[in-house]
Formats: sequence, structure tokens, C-alpha cells
Amino acid sequence: MRVALFITCVNDTLFPGTGRAVVTLLRRLGVDVEFPQAQTCCGQMHVNTGYPAEGVRLASHFTEIFAEYDAVVTPSGSCTAMIREQYPRLAVTAGAAAKQPGLREAVGEVVPKVYDLSEFLVDVLEVTDVGAYFPHRVTYHPTCHSLRGLHLGDRPRRLLEQVRGLELVPLPGAEECCGFGGTFAVKNRDISAAMCADKVGNVMKTGAEVLCAADNSCLMHIGGTLSRQKSGVRVMHLAEILAATEGGAR
Amino acid sequence: MSSRDVILARIRSAVANAPDVEIPRGYQGTGADREGIVEHFAEKVRDYRAVVHVVEAAAVPDAIRDALTRRTAEKVVVPGGFPAGWLAESAVEDLTTVDAVVTTCAVAIAETGTIVLDAGGGMGRRALTLVPDYHLCVVREDQIVPGVPDAIARLDPARPLTWISGPSATSDIELNRVEGVHGPRTLEVIISI
Amino acid sequence: MSQTFVGMPSFPKNAAKAVQDSQLRFNLRKATHTIRGKRAAVVGELPDWAELRQAGKAIKDHTLRHLDEYLLQLEAAVSAAGGTVHWAKDAAEANRIVAGLVKATGEREVVKVKSMATQEIGLNEALEAEGIKAYETDLAELIVQLGDDWPSHILVPAIHRNRAEIREIFLAHMPDAPPDLTDEPRALAEAARLHLRERFLRAKVAISGANFMIAESGTLVVLESEGNGRMCLTLPETLISVVGIEKLLPTWRDLEVFLQLLPRSSTGERMNPYTSMWTGSVEGQDFHLVLLDNGRTDVLADEIGRQALRCIRCSACLNVCPVYERAGGHAYGSVYPGPIGAILTPQLRGMDTELDRSLPFASSLCGACYEVCPVAIDIPSVLVDLRAKARHPRTERAGMAAAGWVFNRSARLARAQRFGGRMRRLVPKRLPGPLSGWTDTRDLPDIPKDSFRAWWNRTEGGTR
Repeated sequence: MRVALFITCVNDTLFPGTGRAVVTLLRRLGVDVEFPQAQTCCGQMHVNTGYPAEGVRLASHFTEIFAEYDAVVTPSGSCTAMIREQYPRLAVTAGAAAKQPGLREAVGEVVPKVYDLSEFLVDVLEVTDVGAYFPHRVTYHPTCHSLRGLHLGDRPRRLLEQVRGLELVPLPGAEECCGFGGTFAVKNRDISAAMCADKVGNVMKTGAEVLCAADNSCLMHIGGTLSRQKSGVRVMHLAEILAATEGGAR
Repeated sequence: MSSRDVILARIRSAVANAPDVEIPRGYQGTGADREGIVEHFAEKVRDYRAVVHVVEAAAVPDAIRDALTRRTAEKVVVPGGFPAGWLAESAVEDLTTVDAVVTTCAVAIAETGTIVLDAGGGMGRRALTLVPDYHLCVVREDQIVPGVPDAIARLDPARPLTWISGPSATSDIELNRVEGVHGPRTLEVIISI
Repeated sequence: MSQTFVGMPSFPKNAAKAVQDSQLRFNLRKATHTIRGKRAAVVGELPDWAELRQAGKAIKDHTLRHLDEYLLQLEAAVSAAGGTVHWAKDAAEANRIVAGLVKATGEREVVKVKSMATQEIGLNEALEAEGIKAYETDLAELIVQLGDDWPSHILVPAIHRNRAEIREIFLAHMPDAPPDLTDEPRALAEAARLHLRERFLRAKVAISGANFMIAESGTLVVLESEGNGRMCLTLPETLISVVGIEKLLPTWRDLEVFLQLLPRSSTGERMNPYTSMWTGSVEGQDFHLVLLDNGRTDVLADEIGRQALRCIRCSACLNVCPVYERAGGHAYGSVYPGPIGAILTPQLRGMDTELDRSLPFASSLCGACYEVCPVAIDIPSVLVDLRAKARHPRTERAGMAAAGWVFNRSARLARAQRFGGRMRRLVPKRLPGPLSGWTDTRDLPDIPKDSFRAWWNRTEGGTR
């Protein structure tokens, strides 16, 4: 099985540690993951802000790059949801406009092979104990697109529960949006900040040392607020916790 | 061109290329199990804070009399067609002076605790059960159906229908439920088994 | 739509003000969280909820596809049952028809059942201009009308008011309010009961909307709680119902689906206290039905946006929306607030104003609305589609074009990342312009020296 990593533009540029953690984790589980160099961005920001033409170009680019792989693993719930939910729609509208006549087929071919990291671990590799060690109090924010878009369900929790030393504490109001929403955070700054303040309040209530999620965009948002408030709570991507081992723990 | 023609033309042009859809009806239709239906119905009506009595058919007249006595209702409306063996009909000119109204129903729904009136015999015109502050409704066991689809199947849309689920209520103030606004503030139900 | 909202600023500006109002925040939070829990409990009781939802969606889509045929069928059925059907292509025409009908009775007062359609067309204001006084009879609408306020929620228009505020409004504007009125909800409801009682008994003309119209039988259906609806629908000699053309259902049987979906989604009850159904002229009443387009056929023409016409006005999407919870209903500048308003208003009114253009962006696309919608309106998808149709600010267009250019070639992205890595120490704590929206309340992440791809290439995927 040829497995490719779609790192996503945000992780590639701002959170390379998450990418390194995915590589470490997958290798430990015996997967020889490849990194196709031509990849860039899934197009989520453009499409969700109202620039679908760019989205169509990036969708087309994505399907070309990843067509040859058996599985594409992505450490981002919202990018996976973008690909799974919006590519088929973009392909239909682009096809109707005759701009990208082949996109519909290409999307149909590639999209079913794209997995969020926890889906790949639990559904494809069929593991929940990935041999991780992380002796900290952790709370998990499910993130909207992972929860309601991908329906990840309890996969992340099952993975975290198998991590040795880790104490998982429930997050009150977990299913509520943190207020990131891409350009929403800038366009509707006051509402976004109010939503994040409530999210941060709930995180603080848990007494956790670490806030974990499967999406660095949301973590950047909540983490930026936690940091501004000098809360002392760290944010970590799920991959980074699952990659941590005794001796090698961060 | 009349507005009617304009609207119809706009619709036709708007949906010209829209696909049609099949309607999947995989939900629970009519004819669910009747096991425990009386208790089920009574429990759901009580949830609306209505008073419910379950009595043998022969005991209905006594139950009606007791309820009206407890209420100290003197002026009572009983619509035409109400079973004479239960209570004699009595008409009233000015509904605002009435203490109580006693009716039958057309259908009752266990799943939702709803009684439906269709203005037929024993129920009368719609205002009768609206203006008085107290409504006593007698439901026969065979009138209770399991769910909403059963009720729809039994009812005739040509008749004016009033679906009643508990006493009138509002949640407009901080979403606090308060029973009794404009309709009867008290609903009492006698189930005849 | 109603003129009341003309000239309002954009959603973000309205919301910025609302979010500072702690009383409003408290009222909304309490109310929306209460009803969320109630809805979840009664929806959870039905094992076939998913099937009912799929049926509801399909029935609406099928109806919309054949709307012309079903409207004609409805017209025939209502007429055969002694009612009169009128067609109004816009608000002005609907208002003209209703005012004419009221005048023909010789009356100068009407009682009203809560109706979104009549708010949408600004009927009360239009009647006022013709010398006709319209009295709202729903408790929340009464609170809004007495307080000279705007509704802020589809189901509970006075959701932004707490009991103390309502008491003050009653004492100030309800002449027959008892002077010793407390702020107990029971006492407030009793005051409204007494205030409206005489009015109901003497009213000659009533105006309503309808939740559903049945094409095959000509039946209209109104769901309510307080009994004010029954009062208006039953007692007056003349009844005028103003109903959007999308409120149609083909068959009587279809109600078996919607009478389960609507109450549970809306008030979180197994069934609302009262539902009235009537066909044409009943018990000697003179009945008029005004069928309203007012932009609906424009919505119908949009392949993606037309699903908004499935809406049965339950307001479940408002109650779960984190944006609505913090911004309140007034920020949306429309009688249709919340997620459904954010897709319905710009389609009904167009996106010519700053406010209407900003509505499709009034969402973090969290998807909570879609999840609870009883007719499965994919609100996030419609929002995204409307965003593509909105005119964008020039600086944003330039930024998006630049980002697109970078993302089109991985080499450009790598160059941009190297540049960023070198400049990382120079990024200020507070960003200028629109991006200050981020740094006002949040720190920026540290920009790493090496991007992931730089690390991969340098270490051959971490093997070196």
C-alpha cells in the first residue's frame, strides 16, 4: 500500500512539528509514508471565503498529485472535510461550466482514499494502541469539521485512552465551535473572540495541562487566546501526543 | 398579466431544470403496537400537567360528576351529541359566563398525549372548548391511536380540527413554561376503558 | 421585506455592539441552552427521526419542483370550500390586498396571530398607514409591539428580554396592567390574558399566517401554544391568512411527517398545545387566503439556494448557533435571524446593501445548524455558495489572488515559507489593518525556521 501524507499548507508552514509527528507515528506502525513534493493547499480558505475558482484549480491540482496513491493521510479535520464534502460539489459546478471536465471523475477517484489521521489509524490500520506514552492531564476539543463533517465520533478518544500515563478529562461544551472559522475570525472578530473566550473558559475549568485536537487551525485560535491570557495551558495536535514515547516524550 | 400568472410563470421557469425526487417513507407509519396504549397516553397527557383519570366505561358518568363537583362548576356547556347516558346536553348563549365545558373527542394520540376534536357530535363548534377556563374531555379507549400517522389516517380534513395537547401554555418569558394563557387553563381527561 | 431595517450597518458592526451587552448575552445564553436541551430530549425519543427528516426534506423538494401544479390544486380546493384566494407577487401587493379586505368589512381594528410572513412584508406598518390598527396577540409579539421593539427570534420574538424588562414594558405601555404586577412569568402571562381577552371577544377581523397548506384538501394548519391563535382563527367573522407559497404540502398524509418534525424541533415538545386546521370557510366565517411570492420565486431559481425554501420556521438552527447566541437576532437586520436568516435574507432581498452582503459571512461554518435542521437544509453549503456570489472588498481580492498564485506551484509556496522563516523575528505582536482582528485577542503562533517540506528535504523524510 502506497501511503501519502497531505500535510496541508497551515501545518507545512506553521506547524511542521505535527507533520514530523505523523511521520514518526506512521513509521512506528510500519507505514512507509511518502511526501509528494508538488502538494500545496486544499483550497479551503478560498472556497469558504467565496473564491471557488481558486478552489477548483487547487482541487484539480490535489487530485493530480495524489491519484497514484492508495491512501492519503491528513492531520487536519477541516482540510479532510473540505476535500470530502466540497470537492464533489466544486467538481459538479466546474464541470457544468466546462472548465474542468475531468475533475468530477478525478474527484470520484481520489476523494474516497483521503483519510483524517485518526480514521486511518482506527479504520485502515485497525489500531487504537499506538504505543504512545504521555504522562499528562489532557482535554480534547473535537473541532466542528471533525465532529459534524467527518463524523470522527469516538476515534480520537479511543486513541487517547490507550496512551500510557495520559489522563483524559472531559471538556465542558466540547461540541461548541471555538469561533475560528477561517476568515470568520477576522471578518467577525468580536463574535469570534467571544466564542473563543467561552471555549478557553471551559478549557480552564478542566484543569488540563494540554488541550488536544485533530486540527491545528482551531488550536492556533484557542492556543493564541490561551497564550495571550498567559494561562499556562499548552495546545498539541493529536498526532504529537500519539507520537510521543517513553524516553522520547516531549 | 395577473399576479397569479406572473407567479406561476416565475415558478415554471425557476424549476424547469430541477430534478424530481422520490419520497422515502421509511419512518414508523400507521399500526404500531397497541400494547399498554392507555397507560402510554395517560402518561403523556400528564406530562403536560393535565389531570387524567382512567375509569371503567360504566363509571364515566360518576367520574364526570366528580370532576365537575371538584371544580365547583355551576354553569356547564355540554355540546349536542354528547352521550346522554354520561351527561345531559346543555347549551349556553354567552360563553364568557361558563365555568366548564365537557366534550368527547374524535381521536387521541398516545405518542404525543394529544386529543383531537373535529366539531362533530359531543364536541360542538370550536369556540366551546376555547372560551371557558376548564375543559373536561372524555376519551374512549378505542379512540386512542399509537402515533401521529394513525391519527392523520382517521381524521377528515374537510372538518375543522383542533389538536389539543395539554392546557394552553406559553414559554415566551425566558422559555419558562407557564400553563394557561388564552385557552382553558385547566384540561382534565377521563379515559374510558 | 419590512422597511424597518433599511440603512442598518453590517452584521459584524451590529454584532460587535450586541456582544458587549452582558444582559442580552445572559438572556440569550440561558434561553437557547434551555431549549437546546428540550429539543434534544424529545428528538431522542423517536427512533425514526432520521427517516422522518429524510421524508420531510424529500416532500418539500418534491413540492417545490411542482409548486405551480400544487398551488393551482390548493386554489381550487380552497375556492370549492368557500374561501377566496388572492395572489401577491410582492409585499406591496400583499399589503394592498389585506388593507382592502379589512376596509371592506368596515372595521378599523384587527387581531393578529404571530406570523413571519406578515412581519416580512411589514403588514402592521402598512395597515397603520391606512388607518387600521393591528394588535399582536402572541405574548412575545405583544411584548415586542408594546416595547416598540423588533423581534429577535423566529419562535420567541422577545427572547432578548428577561422577566424584569417585560414587567417594565407592561407597566409602561399596557394601560390595564395591575400596578402591583410582579415579574413572575405566571403573573406576566395573566396580565396579557386579561389585557387581550376583551379584544378577542369583540374582534371582527383576524389576520394569520399558516405553518402548512394542504394542496389536495385546501386545508390550512396553524400550530401555536397560547390559544391566541385559536381565538383569532375561530371567533372573528372574517379571517385573512397571508402565507408564503412555499408553505405547501401536496397531501393530507404529508402532515404525519411535519406534525412530528415541527413541534419537537421548535418548542422541544412532543406536540404543541394547540393546532388548528380548517378548510375554506368554516362555521360561517368569511375566509381569504393571500398567497405571497415576495422574492420566493427568485430563491427557487437558485439550484443550491432553493433548499432554504424547505424551511418550516422551527428555529432549531437559531437555538444551536454559537453566533446567534452571542450576536442576538437584531444584528441580522431581518425578521429572519440566525443561520436560516443568513441564507434566506440575502436571497429574498438580494445583496445590494452592506448588511445583506455581510450575512453569508455571519457564520463560522461549524455545521451545528445543519445537524439539527428537521428538513436537512445544508446551511453551511448555501452560505459558502452565497459568499461566492457576494462582492468582495478590494484588498481581500488582492490577498486571495496572491495566496492563490502561491498555492498554484509548490515551489512558490516553498519560497514564501523560506522568506517567512527568515523574517519570523520581525513579525509584530499586533498586526495592522483587518488582521488586527486576530491579534487584538490572540497571540500569533511562532513562525518556524523550517517548514515541514524544508525539514523533509533536508533530512530525507527524517531518515538522516
